[in-house]
Amino acid sequence: MTTLSPSTDSLPAVAGDAAPVLEEGHGDYRMFGLATFLLADGMTFAGFFAAYLTFRAVNPLPAGAIYELELILPTINTALLVLSSFTFHRAASELKQERMGRCRWWLLVTASLGFAFLGGQMVEYFSLPFGLTDNLYASTFYALTGFHGLHVCLGALMIMIVWWQARQPGRFTPSEHFGLAAAELYWHFVDVIWLILFGILYLL
Amino acid sequence: MTLALPPTASSAPPSLQPEGWLRYLSFSLDHKVIGLQYLVTGFIFYFIGGALAGMIRIELVSPMSDFLQRDTYNEVLTLHGTVMIFLWIVPVVNGAFGNYLIPFYVGARDMAFPRLNAVAFWLIPPAGILLIASYFIAGASQSGWTAYPPLSLTTPAAGQVVWILSVLLLGGSSIFGGINFIATVLKMRRPGLKMMQLPMYCWAMLGTSFLVVLATPVLAGTLVLLSFDILAHTGFFNPALGGNAVVYQHLFWFYSHPAVYIMVLPAFGLVSEILPVHARKPLFGYTTMVYSILGIVFLGLIVWAHHMFTSATPPWMRLFFTIATAFIAVPTGIKFFNWLATLWGGKIALNSAMLFSCAFIVHFVFGGITGVALAQVPFDIHVHDTYFVVAHFHYIVYGGTVFVVFASLYHWYPKFTGRMLNEDMGRLHFTLTFIGFNLCFAPQHWLGLNGMPRRVAEYDPQFTLVNQISSVGALLMAISTLPLLINVIWSAFRGPMAGDNPWNALTPEWLTSSPPPVENWKGPAPLVTHPYGYGVPEGQIDLKGASGKELWTSGS
Repeated sequence: MTTLSPSTDSLPAVAGDAAPVLEEGHGDYRMFGLATFLLADGMTFAGFFAAYLTFRAVNPLPAGAIYELELILPTINTALLVLSSFTFHRAASELKQERMGRCRWWLLVTASLGFAFLGGQMVEYFSLPFGLTDNLYASTFYALTGFHGLHVCLGALMIMIVWWQARQPGRFTPSEHFGLAAAELYWHFVDVIWLILFGILYLL
Repeated sequence: MTLALPPTASSAPPSLQPEGWLRYLSFSLDHKVIGLQYLVTGFIFYFIGGALAGMIRIELVSPMSDFLQRDTYNEVLTLHGTVMIFLWIVPVVNGAFGNYLIPFYVGARDMAFPRLNAVAFWLIPPAGILLIASYFIAGASQSGWTAYPPLSLTTPAAGQVVWILSVLLLGGSSIFGGINFIATVLKMRRPGLKMMQLPMYCWAMLGTSFLVVLATPVLAGTLVLLSFDILAHTGFFNPALGGNAVVYQHLFWFYSHPAVYIMVLPAFGLVSEILPVHARKPLFGYTTMVYSILGIVFLGLIVWAHHMFTSATPPWMRLFFTIATAFIAVPTGIKFFNWLATLWGGKIALNSAMLFSCAFIVHFVFGGITGVALAQVPFDIHVHDTYFVVAHFHYIVYGGTVFVVFASLYHWYPKFTGRMLNEDMGRLHFTLTFIGFNLCFAPQHWLGLNGMPRRVAEYDPQFTLVNQISSVGALLMAISTLPLLINVIWSAFRGPMAGDNPWNALTPEWLTSSPPPVENWKGPAPLVTHPYGYGVPEGQIDLKGASGKELWTSGS
């Protein structure tokens, strides 16, 4: 250690007391963390989409294999999910005007639309003429819509929890409402993923 | 109004947190405790992975499979690769040093999400135990750490599914850690500390964490699909059921090539912290170092198919991925010359940390040269899946990253424990590791060029002598862990007291006691705007008047 000469002439600018007063409380970066997580979650979907598009480009459907999709029910489902993004936004703006009753009403509408979407998906699953292991496209269809449906299911449960928490006065305020804001960001994310999924799985 | 304020940081730690050494077995929220939990867990798995490597090298002493059954050999090599990558290198260079150092470097008292941080660590031991236990219970996976289908679909399913589950847990841990590092570096910086004033390891971890967040989920999704193929008999990657095995390779390498940078970028960052301290020189070319890291992150995401040149990749793909891969030599070359320029004319202390760092530079350049060679399609097709590839990536991952882990241990051990490591033992450790490593892996280039395939328990008798040389090197590497272990354990109790700042370093972790208090500094966090502002005697360095300090503080 003696071989290392302390270089006192070039010590760093250690500004102790002269520095501006530090905010010692831990900042709230949960929304930022959630957004980063959704970036990661989006990459999972991106991987699935890339796999599906590559299958489409390289692996033709074998002769005799059945893979047909109806458009009516999924289109209604798409409309429900898009509508639910607007109703959630409405709930958040009611909160900002401190009308908790209306906020809770719109949360309930949003969750109902989510559950209606899941119900529609179930109806579609049971009416399709192919099963999970019938062929490559059938497997991909169930994996993609199933993984997205899992997200919708979690999102709808999150909304119900937020709806329940919003009963307590002062639980969510116009300035402090992380639970609701997080559920809303997640719900919009799930909605956007569905639009991409609908585009490449049903329309392409 | 002061009564309404929440308790300040200086209040006592939460009473539910155990004190003393029991902290290290608890769900601690202290980033330093979590960092050391990662480090010790990582070293335990390093010794397990090393024992597995020892079994491989013993088997390869003779051309016949006489020490291990063929199936057992496959299980051992799969476990070796998985343990070393997912349970040793990734958790240690990211989790251990990242958690310990990043809050210091940004001037924070903890990570952005301490609970998520503890969750990320505590996913690792169960995942590791699951993986190791699969060997004893159902037979471990036999398909290598790449788990390529259809091989992974035809080998015994139980071991493969446990392997997938284990890797999914470790991937989740990795993603949680990455989210935490991104939020901490971008959001938790002390007021007044600019991005371009951060120590280089922060930039390395920021880049690495973006790779983790962008690439790991793709691997997770792919492994879920693979488990469907195994358990539900879907045909995503099974050509017999109309699937496409090459799609698996694309998705796998979309993660696993960036994974190379997830393993090596943090090592770049760590070595950029160690070299200036022990050479008493500013880090040369700070700005170019930052942009090199960002360039490697970007290029690292678009070169994955150079692992697949023999998987019927079309010519345009070969062309694109060859050129993109060759481009990575530019930012890595910039970093290499910056390290050399940092050493140039410095007052170098040839201690263990510096010796390991210098060996890192040598090995990394050599591994980088073979990497550029492997990116060339005609050469790659010749040596694909041979020992040349094994030698190449061990030069990067062992000769590069693991040497930096050792350098970092010698550098930061005084901060971790408050005691110095023994230098003579450290140099003995270095000498044995350096000779053992090169003796083990340098001959494997020759084996690969002459056509010895990797991952096979038996080989052509003409390769016997060189394999035996390689195994002697592995034996030396095994012996080299003894001085390390003795040194680390003995010094923890009997080593000379280190004091706050034994290296006279300027980065913020040294500006507090050793080991540091629970919230890092007793008083306010110091504002360190010149983490590499080491004095350079006039005239000792002549880079057209620029001392290096001016090169990177041009913004301020």
